[in-house]
Amino acid sequence: MTGDHQTLALLLFSVFVAVTLGITTWVSRHRHGSAEEFYAGGRLFSPMENGFAIAGDYMSAASFLGISGLIALYGYDGLLYSVGFLVAWLVVLFLVAELVRNCGRFTLADVVAARMSERPVRIAAGTSSVTVSVLYLVAQMVGAGSLVALLLGGTSGAARTWTVIGVGALMVIYVSLGGMRATTWIQIVKAVLLLAGTVTLTVLVLVRFHGDFDQLLRTAAERSGHGESFLAPGLRYGGDWTARFDFISLGLALVLGTAGLPHILSRFYTVPTARAARRSVVWSIGLIGGFYLMTIVLGFGAAAIVGPEAVRGSNAAGNTAVPLLALDLGGGADSTGGTVLFAIVAAVAFATILAVVAGITLASSASVAHDLYASLRRSHAKPRSEVAVARAAAVGIGVVAIALGLLARDLNVAFLVGLAFAVAASANLPVLLYSLFWRGFTTRGAVWAVYGGLIPAVVLVVLSPVVSGSPESLFPGVDFQFFPLQNPGLVSIPLGFVAGWLGTVTSGELPDEAKHAETEVRSLTGAGAV
Amino acid sequence: MPAGGPGQVRYDDPWYDALASGWGESGGVGAPVPAVSQAPREEEATAVAAAEVYLEVQRSAAFQEVRSRYRRFVVPAVVVFFVWYLAYVVTATTAPGLMARPVAGAVNVAMLAGLGQFLTTFLFTWAYVRHARLRRDRAALELRWDTQELTRGIRGGVS
Repeated sequence: MTGDHQTLALLLFSVFVAVTLGITTWVSRHRHGSAEEFYAGGRLFSPMENGFAIAGDYMSAASFLGISGLIALYGYDGLLYSVGFLVAWLVVLFLVAELVRNCGRFTLADVVAARMSERPVRIAAGTSSVTVSVLYLVAQMVGAGSLVALLLGGTSGAARTWTVIGVGALMVIYVSLGGMRATTWIQIVKAVLLLAGTVTLTVLVLVRFHGDFDQLLRTAAERSGHGESFLAPGLRYGGDWTARFDFISLGLALVLGTAGLPHILSRFYTVPTARAARRSVVWSIGLIGGFYLMTIVLGFGAAAIVGPEAVRGSNAAGNTAVPLLALDLGGGADSTGGTVLFAIVAAVAFATILAVVAGITLASSASVAHDLYASLRRSHAKPRSEVAVARAAAVGIGVVAIALGLLARDLNVAFLVGLAFAVAASANLPVLLYSLFWRGFTTRGAVWAVYGGLIPAVVLVVLSPVVSGSPESLFPGVDFQFFPLQNPGLVSIPLGFVAGWLGTVTSGELPDEAKHAETEVRSLTGAGAV
Repeated sequence: MPAGGPGQVRYDDPWYDALASGWGESGGVGAPVPAVSQAPREEEATAVAAAEVYLEVQRSAAFQEVRSRYRRFVVPAVVVFFVWYLAYVVTATTAPGLMARPVAGAVNVAMLAGLGQFLTTFLFTWAYVRHARLRRDRAALELRWDTQELTRGIRGGVS
């Protein structure tokens, strides 16, 4: 990458950072400092705005660069990811979005705790929400570090370190000063930028092949060196049975995890009604679906135009496939068009990461302040404003994420994202669905469902080849690997559901009929919704 | 917002009070709060009356109709898309030979199945929204106002 690329990309980065900081200042000018304002942005966003913000929250750099890169290197197997990421939204639309909007206030724990003995349930749900958020946050931080280092040519440790610290500082500023309102506008801006960039590149790829998708696929297959098998599943996950089960496990985690992600759930509280929540999901399904369809074109386009060897030569995981494609589509490495397109793609990827980390930081600070602090503080302690605690929590989470991001910087980003989805699906989804739909669900069942999913998911990862026992592990020197799969979802998601059921049938307490009636009536009608 | 201003909504919302009083306390429903003795008793009485309202609404025919319309659509739809997605993932990982069978030009079964997943997701979304708009929204809104009128009546009577 030459100096021109770097200068222009840095300039565009700076413009984006300046714009987002401007939004934050403008928004915080007339804020009221209420919890309603900080966590939910005043609840008056329109469905379209919220739909764009959800899409901006969800489409991470792992999707934009990672999935296209996987398709460029492994062909069809990369496409399996995008299907999982999209189909997951049906779970959100059918079972979660409207009901959660109707009976919660700010967090996942609100929905569950309303029916149960509040304190233990809030602590459990708060803990698992913070765990999921921190895992997801670390994945994005690691991604940001390696991405910027890669795109700017500085592969040295210092560039990565400063990127991680810079991203962490920016997200803390956005969240603690601007709250949900600033975060939402940043996500909307990012979604528009990302979609505009993706549409431009897709059109350029299709123009290159005269609109002939078949020709594009044939060229990609030819150029990949794998022939026909490039267009069929199996190149990446078709090895032994362990690899296949690993993929099924990942597929399950992707489709069930989205509905348990705290930063996605908290977005439904930013619109006034359940109907608006439904319409925002429809917007986001349209935007996200279109986006993933375009990443397929970009991935096969990168394979056909750039070629897998060049992609692999730049980054073994394929993360630079789209930037390289942009360079080529613009007219090559030394042309002005190439330089400009490359810099735009780099800046869009950076904007993507910043917007996603801001959303997660906000959701996890809400869990810390609204769930954990409110339940754990001693009753005679001086009561503090919850929003002040949330602002402080955002700073604390920023520091933790920066530290973990620096520690984990050699871990694979896609793996970390898959893990966050697996924990969300195991710990958050069972308790949420049981609370909304099961009349007999009890406090003990709720607590068991959370910990019964959370603990196995985390323990299985510690015992997996990711942590020890293989050359690519976190600790290659030691071997305490007992669990063969990298993704724990296949085992831990059913365990979460079973634990919730077991806790309920063994508990002595009778389910509270009246509270169940209240949850059911509120969730389906919106009576008393805030 | 029906009640004009956020302060009013909080006041009218039985859950808000329950949550706020549970903050940092032992967490049991209706746990005694030593400092003030009059307020919690009143609150408890209101909560019991509000619970009666919700039980009554839950038993009403109108609510049961809304609930069964929701379930009659959502349960089969969830089963169908989940089985279709699982079948797709399992077939892709266990039977790559079948998936590689060419259909037209470079397009094979796998590509059609993948694009089919996108298409069915869009179709399910459209069908759900249409069903909710035509079959559920109006009835749910009426129930919402009725329920809120009932709970507000209790509030007004006590305080």
